[in-house]
Amino acid sequence: MKENISMPIPKVDHQEKMAGAANYVGDLKLPGMLFAKTLRSDRARALIKTVDTPPLPEGYFIVDYHDIPGRNRVKIMIDDQPFFAEDRVNYIGEPILLVVGPDKQKILEIMAQIRVDYQDIAPILTMDDAENQDLPPIFGDKNYFAEFAIAKGDPEEGFARAKYIFEEEFSTGYQEQLYLETQGVLGVYENGQITVYGSIQCPYYVRDALMQAFGWGSERVRVVQTTLGGAFGGKEDYPSLIGGQVAAAAVKTGKPVQLLFDRAEDLEVTTKRHPSIIRLRAAVDENYRITTLAADIRYNAGAYSGLSNVVLQRGMFNIAGVYHFPNLKVKGRTVATNTVPNGAFRGFGAPQAIFAIEMQMEMIARKLGLDPLDFKMNHLAQKGDSTTTGGTFRQAVKLPELIATVEQLSSYRQKTNEFTNGNHKTLKGIGMSLFLHGCGFTGSGERDFIKAQVKLRKLADGKVEILAANTDMGQGLKTTFRKIVANTLDLSVESVIYQNPDTTRVPNSGPTVASRTIMIVGKLLEEAARELKQRWSEPGEIEVTANYRHPTDMRWDDKTLSGDAYPAYSWGVNAVEVEVDPLTFEIQIKGVWSAFDVGKAIDERIMRGQIEGGILQGLGYGSLEKMESRQGKLQQRSVTDYIIPTAMDCVKMEHRLIDNLYDDGPFGAKGAGELTLIGGAPALAAAVSNALGVPLHKLPITPEYLMEVVKDGPKN
Amino acid sequence: MGPKIDFTLNSRPVSLETDPLRRLLDVLREDFELTGPKEGCGEGECGACSILLNGRLINSCLTPVGTVAGQEITTIEGFRLTERFKVLDKAFADAGAVQCGYCTPGMVMAAEALLRKNSKPSEMAIREAISGNLCRCTGYGMIVEAIQLAAERGEGLW
Repeated sequence: MKENISMPIPKVDHQEKMAGAANYVGDLKLPGMLFAKTLRSDRARALIKTVDTPPLPEGYFIVDYHDIPGRNRVKIMIDDQPFFAEDRVNYIGEPILLVVGPDKQKILEIMAQIRVDYQDIAPILTMDDAENQDLPPIFGDKNYFAEFAIAKGDPEEGFARAKYIFEEEFSTGYQEQLYLETQGVLGVYENGQITVYGSIQCPYYVRDALMQAFGWGSERVRVVQTTLGGAFGGKEDYPSLIGGQVAAAAVKTGKPVQLLFDRAEDLEVTTKRHPSIIRLRAAVDENYRITTLAADIRYNAGAYSGLSNVVLQRGMFNIAGVYHFPNLKVKGRTVATNTVPNGAFRGFGAPQAIFAIEMQMEMIARKLGLDPLDFKMNHLAQKGDSTTTGGTFRQAVKLPELIATVEQLSSYRQKTNEFTNGNHKTLKGIGMSLFLHGCGFTGSGERDFIKAQVKLRKLADGKVEILAANTDMGQGLKTTFRKIVANTLDLSVESVIYQNPDTTRVPNSGPTVASRTIMIVGKLLEEAARELKQRWSEPGEIEVTANYRHPTDMRWDDKTLSGDAYPAYSWGVNAVEVEVDPLTFEIQIKGVWSAFDVGKAIDERIMRGQIEGGILQGLGYGSLEKMESRQGKLQQRSVTDYIIPTAMDCVKMEHRLIDNLYDDGPFGAKGAGELTLIGGAPALAAAVSNALGVPLHKLPITPEYLMEVVKDGPKN
Repeated sequence: MGPKIDFTLNSRPVSLETDPLRRLLDVLREDFELTGPKEGCGEGECGACSILLNGRLINSCLTPVGTVAGQEITTIEGFRLTERFKVLDKAFADAGAVQCGYCTPGMVMAAEALLRKNSKPSEMAIREAISGNLCRCTGYGMIVEAIQLAAERGEGLW
């Protein structure tokens, strides 16, 4: 194939998925396989005094922390979370033990007979509890997993010279990934080696977790990805926990053990998007320019640290959105609470921050009597401007083109005018969001921690196998990876093979996260393919390796969080039109238009799938998807209670892509997967705000919230 | 074990002795090894377990197996052998309607149930027909297009 790489091709895994023949972990059945169910804490915070278990029938087992021979801590960053609780529990749903055996009903009967005797400790249930009450900290002295600060310019001077100062507080709620396939893993212990199969986004993360749990070398630990029924970040960190548990069960029983979550369990105990409270303070000069932004950002991390500190960093680095403010001062904290630990979810800390800054920009413009879009456009970052961390936007920023495109598709200005000045009884509104996403790991993460490696192997029959650890979660990676290699080698896509990663067969090309996979790993594949092309005529099998090289012009200081946080940025603009029911305050979406700069799409149709799926997740985040914790217990435990958009909740969307080739990405591609989620909620919020003539400070925008604001708030 | 239950499964007569209250979804997956129907929620909200009962779309997770005695059940494994499936298959591929694939077998059954009733559905009719089938990947637009495309190409088949 040699045509434009963006031209769509049929997805290589279409057939088996369409026919219902793809094997997900729940479809696997091994001889002698046992099932496992987790006994969980029903206390938010307590010491475990005793655990009384009944006599077990033959063939049934209890697996707990005694069965973790190495370190009973899930390897991630701070390593504070146990695989199984020891003497204490820190959230409702924390795993204490597994009951394992051949019959699911019998397992439930055994579980009903187990008695855990707790001694309760006063829990820290909210971020405000953590700040205001004198409760013993869950972590450290101050009960933060981390506190970070970044600054640039002279913020004090900026505020001192301000003509206007605007201060607002924004808050956002949980969001559940709600991948259609719940979490699941299958452990097998054979010949001294443990294998974990599962719905796993990052096989090497689980491998490292197993090595730590067992204290074993990599040769005794194997992780194999099964077809993923969606992940969206939700299967980035969580499978390390249950992978360790199921491995311990397989070793103890000597039989294959399958651990599958039902939906209620998955909703209640797995990681979610962090609820946030963000306070923004902006200094505006006499020319209506924001000179300075100060931000105080708190993310509710839950009971264990997980990935929260990096999630918070991404939130902090995104707090200026697509705008350039000369002075900046940002403080951030990950607050420990006795609630379910939060983790990765597409956007990874950015959606909260972008919502806050987009709303703040709208509100300042309206208070100053300016057009919000004009006001935003007066502050757009440009090539050469400094980023929030004092790095540099190195590539062309095509925002004006993206904005013009969406304006044209949506008739944004005409409609804004019409809806703002029109009869408010119709309650129609339109909103536009501008956003960006830093592609890849923060700072020097790729160079210092990930150290990605890929291999290409030319087989005897002339086919080429890709050896890499990245996973297709539905985003189309099997197709896009093969396209990159096939296109570089002038081969057909059918001549390139990519199997689900098995850590004993493939090098560690890093996790499938952070919108890094196409840009970083795809580039390595392109390089390897070029080398293979040169050596093509050599006899026999040929193996080519490519290792990550850090861009030489990137500088980053991890201690001060300063420099180039990301090698490249992708950009987007969304417009959303809504109609709000004047009686029920239900929001109906009437139109969705978007434009994106992702460098170069490796497949336009796959990209469209990312765009439409991402935007609808963002719109769900902004409106329907409400999840609350009360007394440490999540109130939404079914798909009936936690509502995600159906086909009836949206309309046909329209989008455009604008090419902006990036030298260090394959065929010019940058990151794309997360970007598409970020703009939905702020565009929707701006539209609802336009329809009702009230400012909005909270996500999700539920009818109840709208009734409150309309009652209390002033109309425009 | 329980009473004997006879029904037609993918055009074949089948018979089993089991607790009549077991979920049809479990019987299909465990006793007949038909793993095309998936469990997404277990409460009839997501549609991943959708199958046809006498040509009508049902959630197999809400159906006790005893109630299908004497009835005709079609899962994706039976439907995939048909001409209509071929048309839907090509249309789903061309529209890029499959991402993670977990909702797909149920979505295909929902499309078939719709097209049986309405061979030329409007966009709204399609959205309504698949509104009991959740998809978290696609945003639905490409699935809607796929079904429109299949309806056009499958002229006379439905």
